[in-house]
Amino acid sequence: MLKIENMTKRFGGLTAVNNVSAEFEQGKISAIIGPNGAGKTTFFNLVAGTHKPTSGRILFKGTDITNLSADQIARLGVARTFQTTHLFEQASVFDNLIVGHRLRTRSGFWDVVFNSRRLREEERACREKAEEVLEFVGLSHIAHRMIADISQEERKRVAFALAMATEPSIVLLDEPAGGVNPEETVGLAELIKKMVKHGLTVCLIEHKMDMIMNLADTIMVLDHGEKIAEGTPAEIRSNPKVIEAYLGSEHAAA
Amino acid sequence: MKFLLGKGGALLCLVLAILFPLVASNEYHIYLMSLAFIWVIATAGLNLITGYTGQLNLAHAGFVAIGAYTLGLLTVDYGFNFWLAFLLSGLVSGLIGLLVGIVSLRLKEHYFAIFTLCVGFIIWQLLEKWEGLTHGVHGVIGIPGPGAIGPLSFESGLAQYYLVLALMVLALWLMHRVVTSLLGRTFIAIRNSEELAEALGINLMRNKILAFVLSTVMAGFAGGLYAGSVRFLDPNLSSVTHTFDMITYALVGGLGTLFGPVIGTLIVTWVSQYLQFLQDYRMIVFGPLLVLLVIFFPRGIMGHMQQRLAQRAAQQAEAARRGSANAAQEAETNA
Repeated sequence: MLKIENMTKRFGGLTAVNNVSAEFEQGKISAIIGPNGAGKTTFFNLVAGTHKPTSGRILFKGTDITNLSADQIARLGVARTFQTTHLFEQASVFDNLIVGHRLRTRSGFWDVVFNSRRLREEERACREKAEEVLEFVGLSHIAHRMIADISQEERKRVAFALAMATEPSIVLLDEPAGGVNPEETVGLAELIKKMVKHGLTVCLIEHKMDMIMNLADTIMVLDHGEKIAEGTPAEIRSNPKVIEAYLGSEHAAA
Repeated sequence: MKFLLGKGGALLCLVLAILFPLVASNEYHIYLMSLAFIWVIATAGLNLITGYTGQLNLAHAGFVAIGAYTLGLLTVDYGFNFWLAFLLSGLVSGLIGLLVGIVSLRLKEHYFAIFTLCVGFIIWQLLEKWEGLTHGVHGVIGIPGPGAIGPLSFESGLAQYYLVLALMVLALWLMHRVVTSLLGRTFIAIRNSEELAEALGINLMRNKILAFVLSTVMAGFAGGLYAGSVRFLDPNLSSVTHTFDMITYALVGGLGTLFGPVIGTLIVTWVSQYLQFLQDYRMIVFGPLLVLLVIFFPRGIMGHMQQRLAQRAAQQAEAARRGSANAAQEAETNA
C-alpha cells in the first residue's frame, strides 16, 4: 500500500528523519512510536506531501508520490489528521464536514454563477457524505453543535470523519487519542478498528502505550530521526534498543 | 431575528434603499448614499479575499483606482463608450489582480499583507508619476457619466442612484452565490487552516488566486462606477487610507459575513457625515467608538448577530433532540 525507501529530511543542519525505510500493508494498523522530537510528525508531513524529503522515495500503490503536492496526494487517497484538530470553531460539526468531500467534486466559479446541475448534485453529494461519515464515527446526534461547544474526544472523532469524507485508502492519524481520557481512548481505539474493518489502512502516531500495544499489528520505533526497531507489539516490548530509547541505558542494562 | 438575518432582512434593506430618495432631504444625501453603495461593492470584494479566504490585501484601494482610471482614461483620452470602458474597468483590474496574485499569494499571512501594502504603494506611485498615461497629479477631469442604455437615461442623480443600487444588488447576489456554495466553503476552509485545507485535497494556490481575482474584479467595477459618479480622479484614490477605510467598514459590519460590508459602510459613512461639524476633531469621537465596537463586538455587527443566532439554533436543536429522546424512552417504559 505505502512504501517508503531510504527517506531523509534535513532542516538546515538538523536531520529530522534519517534514511528511514518502511512499508505499510493494506488493511493493517501500523503505529509509529518514539520519544518527543523523534521525527514522527515530520515523517507524516513527508508522506502527506506537506514537506518534500531531502532524499528517498515514497511509493503509494506502486506510484511514486515523492514530488507531488499535499493536495494531489490527498486526492490519490492519503488522508490525515493533526495533533490539534484545526476545526472551524464557529461553525457546526456538520458544516465542518461538508468541505471534506470537496476534493471529489469539480464545480468551479461558473457553476456557482449559473447554479449548474453539476454544482447542485455535488453539493448534495457532499452533504450525504458528511452525514455518512458522521454516522460512521457515531456523532450524528451532535451534528448541529458548534465545534467550540464539543469535547476533545468529539473533536477527534470529527477530525476522523473529515479524513473519511475524502474517501481515502490510507489514513495517517497523528496522536488520535491525545488529550483524551482513558475510557474515551478505548472508544477511539474501537473506532480505528472499525475503520480498518471498513477496508482502510491505518497508520498512527501515539504515546499511549496501552492503546498501541492492543491496537497495532506492527510498530515502528523512531529515535532521533532513525528507525531503531520494527516488529509486532510483543517484539517491540522486549527490544533492548527501544527500552533504552525510552527509559535510558541503565534500565536497558538492568 | 432569524427572519431579519436571512432573505427577509435583505428584502427589507432593498425596500428601504428604493424608498430612500423619497425621504432624503436633498440631492447631496442621495449622492452620498450612492457613493456609499459603490464602496459597499469594493468592500464586498475585500471581504471575499480577506474575510472569507483569510488573506489581508492592503492593495485593495489600488485596484479600485485601477478600475477608476481605466474608465476615466479610456473615456476622456481615447473616446471609448462609457459602458465598454466600464466593462473593461473590471476586467483590467482583474487581469492585473491575476498577475499580482500569482506573485503575492506565494507569501503567507503578514508577509502577504506587507507585500500587498507595497503593491498598493507602487500603484499609487505609477498613477502619480506616469504623467503621459495618467495625467499625474493633475488627475483626470471631465469624465462622462453613465450613458443611456436604450430608453434608460442616467442623467439625473436619482437615476444614477438607482443604477448604482442595482449594480450593488447584483454584486451582493453574486457574493451570496459564491459564499454559500462549495466554492465559498473551500475559501472558508483555507481561512480556517491552510494546513487542514491542503490535507483535504484543496489546491491552496488555485483557490486563493480565484478569490483574489474575483475581489479585484469587484474593486475594478466599483472604481469604474466611482469614476462615473465623481467625474474626477486623482492618484489619492489608490492610497492605503482608502484600503483602511474599507477594512474599517468590513470590521464594523463583520468580516466574513455577506451583509457586513453593507452595514459597516453605511454606518461609518453616515456617522462620519453627521460628525462632519466637528471637522478634524471628529476622529476623537469616532476613534473611541471604533475601539468600543472592537472590544464588545469583535466579529462586527453582523458577525455578532449571526453567532447569537447560530448558538440559539444549536440550543434549540439540542433541546428538540433531548425532547424526542425522552419521548422515545417514555414510550419504551410504557410498553
